[in-house]
Amino acid sequence: MNEKELLELLETNANLSIAEISAMLNASEDEVKEKIKELESNKTILRYMTLVNWEKCEREQVEALIEVRITPQREVGYDAVAERIYRFPEVRSVKLMSGTYDLAVFVEGKSMQKVAHFVNTKLATIEGVVNTVTHFVLKTYKKDGVIIGDQEEDRRLMISP
Amino acid sequence: MKNMWEEKLSPVVKSIPPSGIRKFFDLVSETRGVISLGVGEPDFVTPWHIREAAIYAIEQGYTMYTSNYGLLELREVIRDDIYKNYEVQYDPRAEILVTVGVSEALDLAMRAVICPGDEVLIPEPSYVSYAPTAVLAGGKPVFMQTTMDNNFVLTPEQVEKSITPRTKVLMISYPNNPTGAVMDRETMLGLAEVAKKHDLIIISDEIYDKLNYTGEQTCMAALPGMRERTILLNGFSKAYAMTGWRIAYAAAHADFISAMTKIHQYSILCTPISAQMAAMEALKNGDTAMKKMVREFNRRRHLVLQGFKDMGLPCFEPGGAFYAFPNIEVTGLSSEEFAEQLLQEAQVATVPGSAFGDAGEGYIRVSYASSIEDISEALRRMGKFVRRRGVFPKKVSTSSGTDFVQKEGICNNV
Ligand SMILES: Cc1ncc(COP(=O)(O)O)c(C=O)c1O
Repeated sequence: MNEKELLELLETNANLSIAEISAMLNASEDEVKEKIKELESNKTILRYMTLVNWEKCEREQVEALIEVRITPQREVGYDAVAERIYRFPEVRSVKLMSGTYDLAVFVEGKSMQKVAHFVNTKLATIEGVVNTVTHFVLKTYKKDGVIIGDQEEDRRLMISP
Repeated sequence: MKNMWEEKLSPVVKSIPPSGIRKFFDLVSETRGVISLGVGEPDFVTPWHIREAAIYAIEQGYTMYTSNYGLLELREVIRDDIYKNYEVQYDPRAEILVTVGVSEALDLAMRAVICPGDEVLIPEPSYVSYAPTAVLAGGKPVFMQTTMDNNFVLTPEQVEKSITPRTKVLMISYPNNPTGAVMDRETMLGLAEVAKKHDLIIISDEIYDKLNYTGEQTCMAALPGMRERTILLNGFSKAYAMTGWRIAYAAAHADFISAMTKIHQYSILCTPISAQMAAMEALKNGDTAMKKMVREFNRRRHLVLQGFKDMGLPCFEPGGAFYAFPNIEVTGLSSEEFAEQLLQEAQVATVPGSAFGDAGEGYIRVSYASSIEDISEALRRMGKFVRRRGVFPKKVSTSSGTDFVQKEGICNNV
C-alpha cells in the first residue's frame, strides 16, 4: 500500500470508511487499519478536522495575519520566540518565512479589539520581537485547497455515451 | 402534422435505429433524486490553467478562423505528444488534422475511405458512433462479439473469420467504452498482422489512451508497418476533462489526412480557435493535473470493483477508461430491465449494455466518473437492489464459523 496515497486520501477526506479506503487502495482492511494506527502513533497524522464555512453561521470572529520581525537568539535561533508565540491559544498558525519579516502568525479573536489587544499586550511585548504589522482578513476565498462557497456544480447530462 | 416529411427523408438516415442511450436519457430526466453512474465524461471540470489560457486567448483577440488543419503550433505540440508517448513521427503540416472531437474525426475517416458496400469490422460492445458513421458513409458494419471470458478483447482469429473480399476497415478502440477493456501488445500485433495480410485500414480510436491503469498502452500506429495503414484518432475530451470544448485530432498518412481535410474544410471549415488554444495549453502544461485525475479514477475503479464483488455481480477487471461492465444475468433481468428497475427502485442511473450492441446484453455500463460519496451511495443502493432479487455474494464457511467472501469465485480475472 502506498503510504503517501493513503495520506493524500485522508487529507482531503478524513471521513472515508476503512472499507472505502481499502477498496480504493487495493489493500485489505486490516492493512489499512494497521497503517493508519501506525501513522497516528508516530504523529504523522496529527488530527482529523473539519473545514467549516463559518460564514454560514452567525459567529463573531475575526482573523488577522501578523507579520512579526524578531531577533534570532543564540543557540535556539527563531524557535524559542516562535514557541512563545504559538503556545497562545489565540494563535492558529505560525510559519517561519523568507523575505522581509520572519514569522507569519495567524490569530483569531472575537473582535478586532480583542485581536489588537492580544497583539499589543502579548505578542509585541515578547522579548526578541522587534516589530509587528497586523493585517485583518476581510474575506476568505479559499482555504486549505477548498474554494469557500464554490458555485461550480455538476452540470453534466445525467446520461451520455 | 405527423410524418409529414418521413417518406422524403434519406433511407440511409432512416435505417439508423434510435439511440438506446437517448431513450434512457429521457427516462432518467423524469426521475428525481437520481445518482447517475451513466455519464460518459469526467466529473472534473477542465483544469483551471486550461480555462484561463482560453480566456486569455479570447481577451487577446483570438477570435478568427484558423487553417483548415488547425493551428500549426497546435499540430506541432500534438506531434510532440504522440512522439513522446509512442515514438511515432507525424508531419504536422500534412499528417495531422485538428477536428471537432473524435466524433468528427471518426466521421471524416469513415467518409474518406468507404465506398458503397465496403465492410467495416466493428467489435462489440463498443462506442455507439462506430456503426452509424460507417452506415452514413455508405459502408456496411460487420460486428464481432467480444466476451467477458476473453476480457472483451478482440482476437486476430475473430477478425480473420469476419473478413470478406469487401472488408476495408477494422475499427478498434482500447481502452474501450463501455467495457473498460485494454488490449495487450501481443494481441495488437496479431491484429496488425491480419490487417497487413488483408490490406485493411485500421481506424484506431485511442481517446482513452491516457486512462490506462495497467501501465501498458500500445498505440496501433506504433507497431511495425502500421503507421501507414492506421488512422489514429485521439482527443482532449477524456484525459483533460474537455468534453464541451469539442476538440480532437486525427493523425495518419498524408493521403488519408488530405482526403479527410477535404470533407472537413467544407463541412466544418476549422475547429473553434478558442478550443485550439485551450488544447495547446493542455498538451503543454496539463500533465500534472491529468495524472492526478488518472490516479483518482484508478482509486474509484478499485472501489466499484470491490462493490460488485461484495454484491455478487461478476465483473471483469477493466484496465482503462472510467467504466466497469458488470454482468447482471444472475438477477434474471435483461440489461434494459435491470437499468430501468434500478433507476425506478433505487434511483441509480446506469446504461444498459445493450445500448452498445447485442454483445452488451446481460451487462450494464457503470461509469465511475463520479464523486466517491456518490459512488459509495450508488453501490449501497445497487447492493440492496440485487439482494432483493436473490443475488448474494458467494460465501464459504471456515472452520472458525465466520463467513467471508470468496473473492476468486465472484470476480473473474481480478
Ligand atoms: C470511445 C469514444 N470515442 C469517441 C468519443 C467522442 O469523443 P469526442 O468528445 O472527442 O467527440 C467518446 C465519448 O464518449 C468515446 O467514448
